[in-house]
Amino acid sequence: MSKFKKKDDGGTPAISTASLPDIVFMLLFFFMVVTVMRDTSLKVQNILPFADQVEKLDKKNLIMYIYAGKPSPRYQETFGTEARIQLNDKYASVNDVQQFIKEERLSKREELQDKLTTALKVDKETNMGLVSDIKQELRKAEALKINYTTKEGAAELNLE
Amino acid sequence: MAKRSAPEVNAGSMADIAFLLLIFFLVTTTIETDSGITRKLPPIDDSEEEPPILKERNIFIVLVNSNGDLFVEDEKMEFRDLRQSAIDFLDNGGGTGDEACDYCQGAKDPKSSDNPIKAVISLQNDRKTQYGRYIAVQNELVAAYNELRNREANRLYDTDFVDMEAAFNDSEWRGDKEKLKERIGIIKEMYPQKLSEAEPKK
Repeated sequence: MSKFKKKDDGGTPAISTASLPDIVFMLLFFFMVVTVMRDTSLKVQNILPFADQVEKLDKKNLIMYIYAGKPSPRYQETFGTEARIQLNDKYASVNDVQQFIKEERLSKREELQDKLTTALKVDKETNMGLVSDIKQELRKAEALKINYTTKEGAAELNLE
Repeated sequence: MAKRSAPEVNAGSMADIAFLLLIFFLVTTTIETDSGITRKLPPIDDSEEEPPILKERNIFIVLVNSNGDLFVEDEKMEFRDLRQSAIDFLDNGGGTGDEACDYCQGAKDPKSSDNPIKAVISLQNDRKTQYGRYIAVQNELVAAYNELRNREANRLYDTDFVDMEAAFNDSEWRGDKEKLKERIGIIKEMYPQKLSEAEPKK
């Protein structure tokens, strides 16, 4: 009788999957933390144009978003296909832009108020007339820092 | 009654449940970092003062009409040639005396711009121009400026201007920000971005 008797187990032992839930939970928490739920639901078609000379917009809380484009298919029956502006969750007219900027400014701390950037998320099929009107309103509201939000890609893609 | 040990809860399906949740979050997640072309609008000028008159050769007029055609100085141009012709215009350095440009590498054509400091690009559009086209053109013009600025930054500081700006805006970046700011300022002074976006005429 040897003391070191080989254990006699037939075949390979089953791999323990007990830690699998832990791993999956870890991943789950990661995605839960990084997920940003959109705070506004888009009511306009919003296919952004491409550009490659872009700068990143980092400070999320210092950005005001103005959306423009033609209404999404499910709203087209009531609102037609003419391009519109969307502020927060509602359709708005050009005249509302100044008021919107003022409200956004007031909701921020005083020292941050002049650091706000306006991000224009405009559908690439929109006419420049509307964009120019928005720009003119922004000038009147003295919100001069703007960013044409784009997707990253070669500019030639816009010409198709 | 015989004392029975509590039966073990079968945790085998735990992984399935977690996977289900995981997949839900994977699908709904949009890791968005917004990026785009940053521009500064000119403030509204109420004063009656006449703007200074610019020499015609210092203005580079780019027009995108309602059909999306590109006209540069009243001549039709292909989109892919725009960047180079903007660079040629900005970097021309045709001035003499006080207006000479010692770092320009352009053709020094007397009919084109005197100095990058004086050169203005005027981007015009119709009200019916498509936004996508406008952005494409705007992108090319910004690219022209960036290319020239990169060239000078490489010559003077051995780094790209775009990288310098990215480092400056990055709060994680460890380094001498004051010095960087000064360098960025110098390059910006050499090639100031005088890109005017006029209001559409029709």
